[in-house]
Amino acid sequence: MTTATKAATTTTRRGLSLRQRRILWAYAFLFVPLLFFLVIRIYPTLSAFNISLHTWNPLSDQRPFVGLANYQKLWQEMLTPTSVTRKAFENTLKYVLIGVPLQLALGLGFALLLNSIYRLVSVFRMIYFIPFVTSAVAVAWVWRWLYQPDFGAINLLLSAFHLPTQRFLFDPSQSLLSIVAVVVWQGLGFTIIIFLAGLQQIPDVYYDAARVDGAGRWPLFRHITLPLLNSTIVYLAVLQTIAFLRMFTEVLNMTRQGDGGPLNTTTTVVLRIYREGFGSLNMGYASALSVALFIIILAITVIQLRFLQRRFDY
Amino acid sequence: MAVAHDLDARPTPQTVPSHRTGRRGSWFTAFAYLALILGGVVMITPFIWMISTSLKPAADIFKPDFFPAHPTLDNYTQVLTRTLFPRWYLNSLIVATLSTVSVAFFDTLGGYVFAKFDFPLKNVIFVLILSTLMVPTEMLVIPWYTMATQWGWADTYWGLAFPGLITATGLFLMRQFMQGVPNELLDAARIDGLSEFGLFWRIAVPLVKPAIAALCIFNFLGNWNAFIWPLIVTSKREMLTLPVGLSFFSSEAGSDWHLIMTGATLSTVPLLIVFFLFQRQIIRGIALTGLKS
Repeated sequence: MTTATKAATTTTRRGLSLRQRRILWAYAFLFVPLLFFLVIRIYPTLSAFNISLHTWNPLSDQRPFVGLANYQKLWQEMLTPTSVTRKAFENTLKYVLIGVPLQLALGLGFALLLNSIYRLVSVFRMIYFIPFVTSAVAVAWVWRWLYQPDFGAINLLLSAFHLPTQRFLFDPSQSLLSIVAVVVWQGLGFTIIIFLAGLQQIPDVYYDAARVDGAGRWPLFRHITLPLLNSTIVYLAVLQTIAFLRMFTEVLNMTRQGDGGPLNTTTTVVLRIYREGFGSLNMGYASALSVALFIIILAITVIQLRFLQRRFDY
Repeated sequence: MAVAHDLDARPTPQTVPSHRTGRRGSWFTAFAYLALILGGVVMITPFIWMISTSLKPAADIFKPDFFPAHPTLDNYTQVLTRTLFPRWYLNSLIVATLSTVSVAFFDTLGGYVFAKFDFPLKNVIFVLILSTLMVPTEMLVIPWYTMATQWGWADTYWGLAFPGLITATGLFLMRQFMQGVPNELLDAARIDGLSEFGLFWRIAVPLVKPAIAALCIFNFLGNWNAFIWPLIVTSKREMLTLPVGLSFFSSEAGSDWHLIMTGATLSTVPLLIVFFLFQRQIIRGIALTGLKS
């Protein structure tokens, strides 16, 4: 800020230098945002930790401090393979491990295809993007209808080709995959757009140079496209991992009574938080669960950034 | 500034980069189109099936015909007159508009301050706001709910909107764009006697209008589709937002799939219209935010 220092010497008639006045303006401008972040973001974060140390029923005036009891209960449930909470964490891990690679692979694949054609690019881009802008609730119900075992469109299609019909959301071995498929389907357009933007940032000279050296399609992809897309891949991997860790809306709307069934095969950590906190009014325990989720998200973000953000030098 | 980077700028045939042309066999191009068309069918068929079911009378919904044999709008009159769908539309519209106006103003102002001002504790405040990005909404809903019930915000528009009135992501996005506003321009206007707020409002804001537009669109879409917080903070039927209303309505509709699909269509179509109107800006904006992050 060269002008600020220059002007700092010229004192205004109100006795404040321009620099001082600008500091006041900065604080005035930031007053509302700062208040917002303190009251609506930071205070509730600390409050969540605090609630997790209490037995907290919103309907009761008695909210006794119980120390780490809620965390001990969480730990006990995690050690019990049959507990719903344990299932919720296991399922959430499955959602991430299946969903993220699938989302990234399909997104990159379609982005490469789109990048290799000339005609209809914007039409395709728009079509793939439609599910992303529609509400997850509407999408969940549409797919629930498509997945119906008896008259769902997918089974109608399967039987038209004389293939065995499936029970999808009602089959414990297919339920989680059926939900992952919907989430990937809905998010694909977004992933494609981000990959496409990343691909278009790669200078053509790299490809030209490699092609002069006689490189084929696969080596070009392996040694130029993929390394140069690294930051895009990291960005998307982190974003998608967090999104799958927070799975809730689809599960609530696609399972019978939103229970994460059948046999708890689709329930997630956030669904547990919701059920414990707002169903059983066990907000202390629900907060302990949410703190656990927070720690997992934080840890995974840090680890992924470390492992994936390798520098590529040429 | 990467603002000028235009994703729609396709190369003209004369300047087509060589990696897109030439020796690569036409079989690959054919495969690309085939795969993209197949994928595209998978993308839109669910919506067509949704609309198709919504136009069928109850007796026909289990028939596999793509085009309804006896198309009817009865389902729409039924859903719109016998449920609170119109009210839920209004609620979603009010909440999304309230939050978007606030986000547009405060995120832009905050971004401007961080881009153009130097002041004590700047870095501390910056990191403080940045750190809020690490905390998932799910961790905050219980404290928010406690606040909302304590202060009488449950079942009000304010209660629905308050968590999203300012966003850290939007603020950082706007900071990036504000850094592209030339200081010389601001200095010149300051010498001409414009106040600090005037500099922001009359000089900086017009220069970042496209970014603000993108911010508004995403924020509106995000709010319109928000689910977990509206689900928690509302209990009165007439205060539900569209996604929550649709969720309750559908769970209660049993196997009346024609009505559920009508509800789904009603909550999807306005969004699709907005998307078709602004699709260029939306897609470009998404790509820009991706590149900026």
